[in-house]
Amino acid sequence: MGRLFAIEIIYRGIFQKTMAGRLSRAIVLAAHHEGKVGISFGRYGDSPERNGIPAKGFAIVATDEQTLQEGMAKYEPKEVDVTICVDDTLCKGVESWAWYGLQPVNRLLKPGGTLIVTSREGPEAIIAMAHRKDTPYQLSILKGTVSFSGLWVYKDDHTDVRILGAVAKILPELFSLKSVQRAIVDEWHDELKATSAAKAYDRTTSITVTPDQGNPEVPYKFDLPKWHEMGEGIAIPSIPAGHKMDDPKSHAEGGFQPDRNPTFLKFSTRTMRPVVNFDTCIKCTLCWLQCPDSCFDVTPEGLYDANMKACCGCGVCEAVCPVKECVTMVNETEFKGNDSQWEDWRKDKDGYKVWLEEKIKHPPERSHGFRYRGQYEEQIPEMLEIAQEK
Amino acid sequence: MAVATVIEEQKDKLDKTALITGSEAIAVACQLADVDVITAYPIRPYDTVMQYVCKLVANGEMDCEYIVAEGEHSQFEIVKHASACGARVFCGSSGVGWMYAMEALTVTPALRIPMIAMVGNRALDDPGAFGVEHNDALAVRDLGWQLVWVDNAQEALDTALIAYRVAEDRRIFLPLAISCDGAFLTHSQALVKIPSQEKVNEFLPQYNRGDLLLHPDNPITVAPQGNEDWVMEIRRQNYAAMERSPGVIREAYADFERIFGRSYGNPFFEEYMTDDADIVLMGMGTLSISVKVAIREMRKQGKRVGFVRMRWFRPFAAEELSKSLQRFAAVGVIDRDYSFGSPYAGGVLAGEVRHALYPGPGKKPPVVGFICGLGGREVTVPDVQKMAEAVYNAADGKKQPLTQWIGLRE
Ligand code: SF4
Ligand code: SF4
Repeated sequence: MGRLFAIEIIYRGIFQKTMAGRLSRAIVLAAHHEGKVGISFGRYGDSPERNGIPAKGFAIVATDEQTLQEGMAKYEPKEVDVTICVDDTLCKGVESWAWYGLQPVNRLLKPGGTLIVTSREGPEAIIAMAHRKDTPYQLSILKGTVSFSGLWVYKDDHTDVRILGAVAKILPELFSLKSVQRAIVDEWHDELKATSAAKAYDRTTSITVTPDQGNPEVPYKFDLPKWHEMGEGIAIPSIPAGHKMDDPKSHAEGGFQPDRNPTFLKFSTRTMRPVVNFDTCIKCTLCWLQCPDSCFDVTPEGLYDANMKACCGCGVCEAVCPVKECVTMVNETEFKGNDSQWEDWRKDKDGYKVWLEEKIKHPPERSHGFRYRGQYEEQIPEMLEIAQEK
Repeated sequence: MAVATVIEEQKDKLDKTALITGSEAIAVACQLADVDVITAYPIRPYDTVMQYVCKLVANGEMDCEYIVAEGEHSQFEIVKHASACGARVFCGSSGVGWMYAMEALTVTPALRIPMIAMVGNRALDDPGAFGVEHNDALAVRDLGWQLVWVDNAQEALDTALIAYRVAEDRRIFLPLAISCDGAFLTHSQALVKIPSQEKVNEFLPQYNRGDLLLHPDNPITVAPQGNEDWVMEIRRQNYAAMERSPGVIREAYADFERIFGRSYGNPFFEEYMTDDADIVLMGMGTLSISVKVAIREMRKQGKRVGFVRMRWFRPFAAEELSKSLQRFAAVGVIDRDYSFGSPYAGGVLAGEVRHALYPGPGKKPPVVGFICGLGGREVTVPDVQKMAEAVYNAADGKKQPLTQWIGLRE
C-alpha cells in the first residue's frame, strides 16, 4: 500500500461553498503535479446546502490508484491529516443539517494532524472554542478576515491560495510550494495568487494543542433508531407549541416560550448573535415577528429574548429593530455559553449593562458575512494589512 | 339504484342484482364503502367509473367530495392528502394518465396511504390506443402498491370492498390498485349481485388513521427530507407492511365469504381445471374467458390443459404458486404486457413466474412465455390452442423460443 492523504475542509454552507470547492480541487491538482492521484468532493449529506449551515468538503490524495480506492470506499474519511476550517466560529463545533449531532472541529484529525483556521483571533481564543481531543494536534492560524461570499459571487481575496501555501508548508509530503504554485497558475491564470501562496507558506507556523486544552464539554449526540423503532409513514410528531415563561427573580409566570427541536440546536450555525438592550426596548414586537427561526421568547413583562438554541445569526432582528443599538449583532467568537440574556439582565441589571456596553461598544470586529453595500471594498485595505502581519 | 337497472330482487331482500359494467360495479362498491373523497380526471377507459360515481352523487344517492382535478398528478395528490387527513378515498386512471401521475404514485406507499385506485388498463402511448395492455398498472409494481387483477364485474365489486378492508388495515396502510381490462371489463355490462349495506358495514370497519392522522389535534409533520441515515429504514418498514399483506388478504377473503356467502377460494390465484392437468396456461385479467373456452375445447380432444389466473400480482404468492405449478409438466405464461430487453425477451408475468420457481425445492417445470393480446387485440380460442401446443412441446423437451408472439401478423 502506498501513502494516503486526507484533507478535510469545514466551511459555512453557501457562503463558503465556492471556496471549499476551489481548495479541494487545487489540492488534488497540486498533488497531481507530483505524480499523485486524488479526488475532490463535498459530503453529499450536507447538500443541498443552506446559508451558514456547517458543511464539509474533502480532498483525498494517494501515491497510487489502489491506495486511493481505500480512501474512496467511504463517504467521509475516518481520519484526516489536515483539517482546514475556513471560519473560526466553526471551532465551536460542526452541526451539519444532516442530523449528525455536534462534531468537534478536530474530530477527524489524526494524532499530530494539523488544524488550519482562518481567523483574526489568537490561539487562546481558538483553543478555548474547540473541544478537547484525546491526542495532541497542531494548530495553525492563518491570520485574516474570514472570507464570505455568495453562491454565485466569489470574493477573490486570496484566502484560497494562502491556505494552499500553508498546506504545502504543513504537509510537504503532499505537495511542494512549487507544485501548488503551478496548480494555482494553471487553474486561475494569476501570478499574484501564486505569490500570495508563497507569502503564506513563509509565514505559516503551528503550535501544539495538548489533550488538557480546549472546551471540556462533551458534544451532544444521539443514537439513530432501528427501523422497527421508528414511527411509520415518514411522519414525525411535531414539536409541542410551547409554554409560559418563569421570571427568575419574581417567579411571575407569563409570556410565551415556544418549544424547540431538541435534536437540531443552532449553536454552530451562526457567526454572530444578537445582544438585546432590554432597558431601551419599546416592545414593538418587530424582532419577534420577523425572526425567521422564531427565536424570540416573550418574557412575562413582554420583552423579547433571543434564544440561542434557535438563533442562526441572520441579523434580521438587528435590521428591523427601530431603536438605536437595542439589538446589535456581535461576533460569535465573543461568547462562551448560550444562556438567556434576559435572565442575566433580570438577575443583575447593572452588571448586564456593563456586559452589554462592552460587547457593543468595544466589539471585536464583526468579521463575517455581508451586511451593507460596499462593505467588501471598505474591508480590502484592512484585510491586506492583517494578511501581511507576521 | 336509480341508474343501474335493477332487474331482480333476491331472496335475501336487501341484496339486488343489476346489469352493470365492471366500472359501474366499482362505483357501486365506492358507494357501499361510503367513500369520502373521490378525485377524477377523464381518460378512457377509466372515465366510465368517474362518470358513474358522478351520477350517483348528482342523484343524491352518494355523499362524497367529488373533485375533478386539472390532471392526473393533482388527482392522485389530492386523495393522498385527503387520506392522510383520515378520509376514505378513491381515484383511478388509465394508460398514460396513470403514468402522468407517477410522481404522486411513487410517494403514496412510503407515506403509508391506503389509497384505492382503479386502473382501467390501457396501452401506453405511442401510438395512441385505447385497448388493453397491463404495462400501465405494472409500472408501479416495485413501489409498494398492492396490485390485483379482476376478470368480471362481480369480482370487481367484491374486490373493491376487499381492497378497502386490506389497504386500510393498520398493519398494512399501503395503496392498492384494482386493474380492470379496458373495454372487455370496463365497458361491458354483466349481471352483478349488489350486497346490502348492512353486510358491507359488517365487513368494512371505519378507516382509522390513528397516530398518523394529519389533524390539528394530532400535530405531526409528514414527509420531511431524509438523508442516507433514514431512507433504508423507511424502505424496510414498507417491506414489512407488504410482507404482512398476504395474511391480511387471507383474513379479508375469509370474512368476505362468511358475511356475503360468496367464495373466491384461494385469494391469490384462481385455478381452472388443474386437478388432472398435464400442462397449464397462466395469465391475468379478462383473457381468462377465451382461455377457459379453449381449454374446454381441447379437453374434448383429450388434452388435459388447465389454467391459473393470477389475481394478486403484489403481493405475489410465490411459494404457494411455485408449489402448485410443480404439479405440471410445463407452464405457459400469457403476458398482455411487454418488458423490452428483459430476460429471454419475455413479458413481466413470465419473468415473475420463473423467479418464483427458481429457489425450489422440488422440480422446476419449463416455462414458455407468450406475448399476446397487446393494445386490446383479441386473444382468440385458436391463439390459446396454439399456445397450449407450445407448452406441450416444452413439456416434451422440444427446442423452441422461450418467448413467442401469438396473434401477430407475420
Ligand atoms: S439573528 Fe435575530 S432574527 Fe436572526 S435568527 Fe437570530 S434572533 Fe432570529
Ligand atoms: S424590535 Fe427592538 S424595540 Fe422592538 S421589541 Fe424587538 S428589541 Fe424591542
